[in-house]
Amino acid sequence: MSLTPEKAQAYWKENIRIILSYLAVWFVVSYGCGILFIEQLNSIPFFGFELGFWFAQQGSIFVFCGLIIAYAISMNKLDEKYDVHE
Amino acid sequence: MGSQDILNFVFIGASFALYIGIAIWARAGSTKEFYVAGGGVHPIANGMATAADWMSAASFISLAGIISFIGRDGAAYLMGWTGGYVMLAMLLAPYLRKFGKFTVPDFVGDRYYSNFARVIAVICTIIISFTYVAGQMRGVGIVFSRFLHVDINTGVVLGMAIVFFYAVLGGMKGITYTQVAQYVVLILAFTVPALFLSFQITGHILPQTGLGATLDSGQSLLATIDGLSTELGFKEYTNGNKTTLDMFFLTAALMCGTAGLPHVIVRFFTVPRVKDARSSAGWALMFIAILYTAVPGVAAFGKYNLINTVNGADNKGTAYAAMPEWFKNWEDAGLIGWNDYNGDGKVQYAAGNAFEGKGKPAFAGSADDETARGEFGQRLVSNAFAESKPVNGAPFANEVYVDRDIMVLANPEIASLPGWVVALVAAGAVAAALSTAAGLLLVISTAIAHDLVKKTINPNITEKQELMYARLAAIVAICIAGYFGINPPGFVAIVVALAFGLAASSFFPAIIMGIFMKRMNKEGAVAGMIVGLTSTMAYIIYFKFMGGTKDEMFMGISPEGFGTVGMILNFITAFIVSSMTPPPPAEIQAIVEDIRIPRGAGEAHAH
Repeated sequence: MSLTPEKAQAYWKENIRIILSYLAVWFVVSYGCGILFIEQLNSIPFFGFELGFWFAQQGSIFVFCGLIIAYAISMNKLDEKYDVHE
Repeated sequence: MGSQDILNFVFIGASFALYIGIAIWARAGSTKEFYVAGGGVHPIANGMATAADWMSAASFISLAGIISFIGRDGAAYLMGWTGGYVMLAMLLAPYLRKFGKFTVPDFVGDRYYSNFARVIAVICTIIISFTYVAGQMRGVGIVFSRFLHVDINTGVVLGMAIVFFYAVLGGMKGITYTQVAQYVVLILAFTVPALFLSFQITGHILPQTGLGATLDSGQSLLATIDGLSTELGFKEYTNGNKTTLDMFFLTAALMCGTAGLPHVIVRFFTVPRVKDARSSAGWALMFIAILYTAVPGVAAFGKYNLINTVNGADNKGTAYAAMPEWFKNWEDAGLIGWNDYNGDGKVQYAAGNAFEGKGKPAFAGSADDETARGEFGQRLVSNAFAESKPVNGAPFANEVYVDRDIMVLANPEIASLPGWVVALVAAGAVAAALSTAAGLLLVISTAIAHDLVKKTINPNITEKQELMYARLAAIVAICIAGYFGINPPGFVAIVVALAFGLAASSFFPAIIMGIFMKRMNKEGAVAGMIVGLTSTMAYIIYFKFMGGTKDEMFMGISPEGFGTVGMILNFITAFIVSSMTPPPPAEIQAIVEDIRIPRGAGEAHAH
């Protein structure tokens, strides 16, 4: 591997930044919308659901799927940028 | 034998023939094929296999039932058992794949340069996997007894024989490709009746939108269920009962537990590259989400159908003699019980326990015993109350016990769907239970043959001997699992809490710190695991076995959610202890540097 320690450090830093930004969304939709603020969101109607209930029982799962796909794409780009892809 | 029985036999028999055929085609020849399928599984195939591995009898049979009975709070399971994959994809899978060994104890033992840590990890793996597998065998037994009319125990033995065949012969390779087939069977079996049900009740084809639909009455489905529930003395379906804090901790424990379950983690050792581990987690979650997003709909449709069928259109109850066939079938299987408290010959369903003790019926005799039946032909129950009064303002006392496990299995019959749908559901439930059981058994046999025998006790054994030990361990594990399936410990629900609690409080923090904290040393990790494990086990055992009461709970956190507290204690202990002890050796720090960079994962290697 021809990766210098500085580049490896920079790659890892960007990796952490990507993970943290996606996990922030993950936290907000599940723990935020589905648990902590469910009562407040329930006053908003959403296609026949109360919005908080929808996030808790369905919405968060859809967002989780999207997050992993977006993460995999971002990481593939990052791997190529630092030339560490396989 | 009725035509329905023949259909059930054909569907279950055909699915078994398929699994056995695949097992013969994908025999394992080396330890690498046995442990990680040779490390060359396509990410989409691995995603399907992971989904089947993950979705157990609990997901397929019980989850919709749980939500049906507890309503909104069931979201903790829905979010917990899917949200864990986000953490798995971002925090664990890619790095463990780059590390490139066979097992979770391998990582813990090597990263923390300690056989002691390895042995703790082996013990956790075995406890977690056994507790989990017992429930699967039981699920197979229930399905066989109800749909094939064999004795539950015969059903368990049949299930053992099938798993034995493809897990012992094929190892991970056989299991992986069988699981792909099992995924297809189980997802069809879950979604086909869900589509039918949704269309029947709401006019929407998709259960995902059907849940939010408006009924012919002009009221939404959820509001209608809320209304029915309140009328019968139940809590409102769309309102929560658990405290916000308890929901938070329970969801977190299930998420971290999911990410730390060894049989799920090991699936990501089977793909060729790091980027495949990431995308495979995405595929797995999408395949899982097809079922999980349909579950809330199925739960609500089931509840609506159950109340309407049992209490009738006039909400006064239905005469036992006029009850549909499914009611009597499930009564024969022991999952429904009825006692006519008000003596009107009608079955009435409302809030409150119908029977003494935990509310489950204790039947006076077996289903074949005609003398143990009452005047309407119902099975007599020996633990009925002397008298029973309505609770919470319900119009009548509850007379019927409905096991939550029948929600999914009985749904097609309750909705009068065609016979082939009923047979398909039976085959799907068996597929869900067998695929998970096989994955767990493989993890147990690997932990014993590879981590215990090869890495700890006798490193000099040849690959052939190791493979033999692995197969022997799988055989022993199947027999023990079968024993628990036939003589279920009365605590299957509890052991599930234990499995997730242990995974969340031991493996999850140890692996995360092993990847993200170069400075974490063996002293810190071992101390953390011990503190996390013992605190979580003590809390669960105290409240589940030793009669701890609700008021004594720490901040009102239920035992199922305590894994989160154990996990936090693990992290804190590990930080403190590692800061007072020397850093890990340079070669370990180099390993950590290495697993952070994707290139060079190659194939999973042995040594």
